[in-house]
Amino acid sequence: MEGTHKISHPQFVREGKQFSFSAATMLKVRQLIARYPQGRQKSALLPVLHIAQEESGGSLTVDIMDYVADLLGLQPIEVYETATFYSMFYLEKTGKYVIEVCRTGPCSIVGGDQIRQYLREVLEIGPGETTPDGLFTLREVECLGSCGTGPVMQVNTRFFENLTPRRVDQILEELREYANKNNPDDIRWQDQFC
Amino acid sequence: MAGSVLLTNIEVPGIRDFAVYRAHGGYQAVEKALRSMTPSDVSAEVTRSGLRGRGGAGFPTGLKWSFLDKRSDKPRYLVCNADESEPGTFKDRYLMQHLPHRLIEGLIISAYALGAGTCYIYIRGEFKYLVGILEKAINETHRNGFLGSDILGSGFSLNIFVHPGAGAYICGEETALLESLEGKRGNPRIKPPFPAFRGLYGCPTVVNNVETLAAVGPIISMGGDAYARIGKGRSTGTKLISACGNINKPGVYEIEMGLPVEEFIYGDRYCGGIRNGKYLKAVIPGGSSVPILPADLILSTAKGEPRLMTYESLAEGDFATGSMLGSGGFIVFDEDACIVRNTWNLTRFYRHESCGQCSPCREGTAWMEKILYRIEHGGGTLKDIDLLVRIARNIEGNTICPLGDAAAWPVASAIRHFRQEFEEHVTDPGKCRNQRTN
Repeated sequence: MEGTHKISHPQFVREGKQFSFSAATMLKVRQLIARYPQGRQKSALLPVLHIAQEESGGSLTVDIMDYVADLLGLQPIEVYETATFYSMFYLEKTGKYVIEVCRTGPCSIVGGDQIRQYLREVLEIGPGETTPDGLFTLREVECLGSCGTGPVMQVNTRFFENLTPRRVDQILEELREYANKNNPDDIRWQDQFC
Repeated sequence: MAGSVLLTNIEVPGIRDFAVYRAHGGYQAVEKALRSMTPSDVSAEVTRSGLRGRGGAGFPTGLKWSFLDKRSDKPRYLVCNADESEPGTFKDRYLMQHLPHRLIEGLIISAYALGAGTCYIYIRGEFKYLVGILEKAINETHRNGFLGSDILGSGFSLNIFVHPGAGAYICGEETALLESLEGKRGNPRIKPPFPAFRGLYGCPTVVNNVETLAAVGPIISMGGDAYARIGKGRSTGTKLISACGNINKPGVYEIEMGLPVEEFIYGDRYCGGIRNGKYLKAVIPGGSSVPILPADLILSTAKGEPRLMTYESLAEGDFATGSMLGSGGFIVFDEDACIVRNTWNLTRFYRHESCGQCSPCREGTAWMEKILYRIEHGGGTLKDIDLLVRIARNIEGNTICPLGDAAAWPVASAIRHFRQEFEEHVTDPGKCRNQRTN
């Protein structure tokens, strides 16, 4: 992508670090690209950004987006404009666990507002902020599609439903324990649901 | 009839596995379609069944299929809309989690009818745990010869891929979904051209909801006429209703269309009544976008007839006294619920989810939220209420996609039916117990 215009924006983080996928990930990415017709590799952008965000520890820096642009043969601006549209791509550094708690109507009327307030209090941070120990980022998000099992929050990819303050305490405690053990399996909590 | 069409065998242990699903009659509909029917036979059955889009619009599925550009020599695509994000709606998630093969079976038959060689399931990014479930089911189906090339020796080939979104309600709108599937921002396209002519990559494309496509297997098994005999009038078949809010038994229920709303709310087989013995105040019957109705109008129409769970009955009286079946996201409010607060909450949702393309929606949703916040927090005026009605009217019908309407209807209907409550929030702030609690 010689000579393409790369932006700087206060919201964007450019670390100047070289980012690249491991060989194993690259294999996965190639398979993803092959799902779309020849010349339509831009279709793989969302899935590839998801992988990049996971691999990089939870957020997308400009360096990563530029790398993905190169990989898919896109202009960097094409990646920026897509990445900035979707709420699941984090352009700012996040904590190890991103807590997304639902703030929409159906959760609200079954105790969701209290749970949101409780999370702010126990974590001592506001929405969009990260705890000083770098463990938790709190986000208040729109409907997660768990209206029958609300209040709900999602920690990374895992759903926690029918929340009460007591249950929130237990979950946070569990997450702190996992973080201390530094167990590599727990980081993404993939394919788990309750 | 409850639970007997789409959710058949959901209680069977291990039904998520191909072998178990197959042992319980799974993929027989695929065999029937590919071995004994032509693609147009399949489409004809779907048309005869009277199946209508289950994502919210209720458009006849057979008719939508018939629009597909038959003269184009470009490849055709089937896209399954699994971007379930409408507040109050969680039925597709339930179906995919427990019965992934019901969906895949429907996809194979539908793609065969449409002549599509590739199908993408566009699933909302937050449902990542479902991607694993679906991909496992797809791989099993492949290994067993029901996907891939020359399925069952029919000459028909199909691949299905799961494509995750990344958090954007607007991508449930079919053209925004296609943009997103092409790797772009989810900005809806101007129609026409419709996806049937210019859809994914400019090729003829059909986009259908998960529940719609899952119904195709049972329709082929029992025949379109038999399916059409279930239900009532033009609301044929069964519908998944996801019930939530202040009820005893929130969850997903498969109902035969025509069930009285009263039985659905109070019957032990369904919602089981209002939680804590409270009174029913209001219901949003079809996902957050459809008009809210007060208790008397949800239980019976303005004419005094019992309200039924059908497209027609829920719409009876139009928007003056009726609502819509929509996606089947059934949100129940008890006597303690604050309608002003809920309207503010939902308007904040639409403000957040507006893609920003059309000024009436981008600006209008933000203005409505600001005004509703003001009223809810004790700083509103009586004029604000009329201003809200005017803004809602100016958004409705003036945007590229229906998100504008979806944002306007909840506000307009809440004021229509609960004007007094809005006025009280202005004239007597603090009277409502729920006011000003953050």
